[in-house]
Amino acid sequence: MSTSKMKIFTHGENEVVVTRDFDAPRALVFDALTKPELVKRWLYGPEGHSLPVCEIDLRPGGALRYVWRLPDGADMGMSGTFREIVPPERVVHTEIFDQDWTGGEALVSTVLEEHEGGTRMTMTIRYASAEVRDMVMRTGMAEGMSAGFDRLDPMLAASA
Amino acid sequence: MPADTLSRTLSALADPTRRAILTRLRRGPATVTDLAAPFELSLPAVSKHLKVLERAELIERGREAQWRPCSLRAGPLREVADWIEDYRELWERNWQRLDDLLAELQRDKRRATPRTTKKKGRKR
Repeated sequence: MSTSKMKIFTHGENEVVVTRDFDAPRALVFDALTKPELVKRWLYGPEGHSLPVCEIDLRPGGALRYVWRLPDGADMGMSGTFREIVPPERVVHTEIFDQDWTGGEALVSTVLEEHEGGTRMTMTIRYASAEVRDMVMRTGMAEGMSAGFDRLDPMLAASA
Repeated sequence: MPADTLSRTLSALADPTRRAILTRLRRGPATVTDLAAPFELSLPAVSKHLKVLERAELIERGREAQWRPCSLRAGPLREVADWIEDYRELWERNWQRLDDLLAELQRDKRRATPRTTKKKGRKR
């Protein structure tokens, strides 16, 4: 297995920064992150889950709404509002889960840069408080996201 | 864990005062007065928080008449940790699929635009 291309680190008091490289042109990555018909194909979670609601009104003030359906039939919803959109380089939005387990909304800033023949994504997530940010890091969610990328390189090499 | 119980637990945790109360109770049982001490809240306000935690089965309250100590019940918190574990797996699979999708979209594009400028007519 090759080394992970993803990095996660804390920044300031409230922020988590995630960087991740993709072997694809920036415009394509931007589309995959913002077009509902494409987002539905990867954002739905483990087997048995689905994303029955995927609404992306990609403009300042536009609404974002995802609802994941879990295997037991329960729903997990998330809402948000877009603040800033500069295709294909930047999207800024707020988001909050219906259950609000992060104690308030998070501000997410996603920046895409052309990088070494591919695209580097830098996602800065600002949580409502330092406490929430630390909880997120402590739960190992960060490590989990990183581990996911470790599996991607062989898959990408195989499909090249 | 049934989703509605999980929701109750997560809602209970979605308040910094309640999380601070749980943190304090990890050190051992405490009375309402003990728990209220660090906050500028009235005892009734703290009691409201304790009711939410009790309904979510995160704490237990003793039955002694004079004082009813609160203590932590770790079960629901372990179940939240399991749910977070699942959430982590969710993201792992998401990123894997995004890579698959990007590879597929590029393959489709390459197939749709055959190259005409390469060394096609050159014989060796």
